[in-house]
Amino acid sequence: MLTAIALAAVFGIAWSIGTGAVFISPGEIWQYLFHGFDGPLREVIWNIRLPRTLVAALVGVNLALSGAILQGVMRNPLADPHIIGVSSGAGLLGITILILYPEAWPLLTPVAFLGASAAAAIIYTLAWKQGVQPVRLILAGVAVSAFLGSGISALLTFYSDRVNGALVFLVGGLSAKSWPELQMMLPYSLAGLALAMIGSVHLNLLALGDAHARGLGVRVEATRLMLTAVATLLAASAVSVVGLLGFVGLIVPHCARLLIGSDHRLLLPASALLGVAVVTVCDTLARLLFAPIELPVGIILGAFGAPFFLYLLRREGE
Amino acid sequence: MTALALDNLAVKYNHRPVIERISWKAEKGKIYSIIGPNGCGKSTLLKAIAGQLKPVRGTILLDDRPLASYSRRGLARYLSMLQQSQEKQPDLTVRTLVGYGRFPHKPAWAGLRREDEEIIDWALAQTGALSLADRKLSALSGGERQRAWIALALAQQPRLLLLDEPTTYLDVSHQWEIMELVSELNQKHGITILMVLHDMNHAAAFSDEILVLSQGEVYVSGKPADTLTEQTLGEVFGVKGQITQDPETARLSCLVTGLLDQEGNIENRRYRRGLG
Repeated sequence: MLTAIALAAVFGIAWSIGTGAVFISPGEIWQYLFHGFDGPLREVIWNIRLPRTLVAALVGVNLALSGAILQGVMRNPLADPHIIGVSSGAGLLGITILILYPEAWPLLTPVAFLGASAAAAIIYTLAWKQGVQPVRLILAGVAVSAFLGSGISALLTFYSDRVNGALVFLVGGLSAKSWPELQMMLPYSLAGLALAMIGSVHLNLLALGDAHARGLGVRVEATRLMLTAVATLLAASAVSVVGLLGFVGLIVPHCARLLIGSDHRLLLPASALLGVAVVTVCDTLARLLFAPIELPVGIILGAFGAPFFLYLLRREGE
Repeated sequence: MTALALDNLAVKYNHRPVIERISWKAEKGKIYSIIGPNGCGKSTLLKAIAGQLKPVRGTILLDDRPLASYSRRGLARYLSMLQQSQEKQPDLTVRTLVGYGRFPHKPAWAGLRREDEEIIDWALAQTGALSLADRKLSALSGGERQRAWIALALAQQPRLLLLDEPTTYLDVSHQWEIMELVSELNQKHGITILMVLHDMNHAAAFSDEILVLSQGEVYVSGKPADTLTEQTLGEVFGVKGQITQDPETARLSCLVTGLLDQEGNIENRRYRRGLG
């Protein structure tokens, strides 16, 4: 099953590179990428399609992995990067830049990243009381997110004439993403993946409950803090680049769990690969469906992802 | 040769002082039971020994070393604890669950080595759970589940095994099976056993020594014959009972016949009516 998900990820990447204003066959893509073929589409592939596809893939990896880790740490199926304030934090600071200081747009990514991490840190601190209980963390997250969310709404209301510039960031879109965004995200993806895999056994033990995990030798509080931090950085790096793409972090880990079970040693890589497949395919659809108009990928994710998830959920019950 | 020594121990649970002042010792290789009424601090004491609760005062020595000097992993190699059984079982096979017992013995990123697999097989065999290895926990009966969880505790290869009411929710024959299993683990492998029991007959039949707790303090401790008396039943549990010895097994058993009121008179309307 892991192989099937990996194949889906490869398909998503190939389809995404091949599809656009000009169709490029997989064979040609192979030639351009790995044999230095110097054809007419070289620029298109190397400077537009490939980086955008890779950004989509990494966004998929980071958000799905973050969600899978958080659902494990919180032992709660509703946990996702929203819960720890990543979206509301990145959203508030991101929208502030886009609406109040549009001339500072090059700072959007670092500032949004800062907002996401700061919101997560605030929530974790507020939830701390001789350690962090998952339920308290989730409730603190909901409260802080609502607080920050009202800030976003206020900005959008007061400056309704400038909302257009902020809209794509709010929905989440991959348009015009290229190498710099990729460079920004890649270290987080790689480090996040490595740390998540090391922590996968800890996640399995935490799933038994704090007392059992502790009895088996897990330093529960330290582990929870570590893994939450990893999940935060993963999600923050993705959200600060593409905007508030919330859906992936919640639904993709669930799909992976339905397909592969709840052993985190398999679930984490499966979530990452499925994230790649889902985001690349949805981004391709976003470019294709109403071409030449391009939809933000967030719209496609919700419109196609949610029904697919419901289908999996019903099938599992049978 | 002490497996466990408590000195002047005080423990709080949810900000409420539960253990007031306990000093006590357990020797290696023996079976100890803790009994006492609800709220006397039995489970809290076990949790403190397992490192799940921090004492507010006093020390716990494990193998002559203070508990506070153990790392989490080190502690998990010295002792394991069977917790009170829970309704919700994880979605795992028995073998996977028991495999988790190897966690404190290897680095987090390492998989199960061959010797780990052998120890898992051993733990399953000891608890009679080999045939259950590939079944999901949720598909097992209460007695089978308890065997699986004891196998997990064994896979940690502990020197001290703590059990918190291991027979709850089991029918009477499964209760005795679990108690026989515990006693066998003690005899075959020399594992020191400390368990919280509700059933005084289990405590009497299987323990080398019994620790009777009352209101967060030691009421009495020692051999079953010295601790499990009609006086203990009356003063600690507030019940009237008789202690008898089975001529065949020499085991003690207690038969409770009624509640006692404040003055120590039996509180039983039908009985009184009979007297009147």
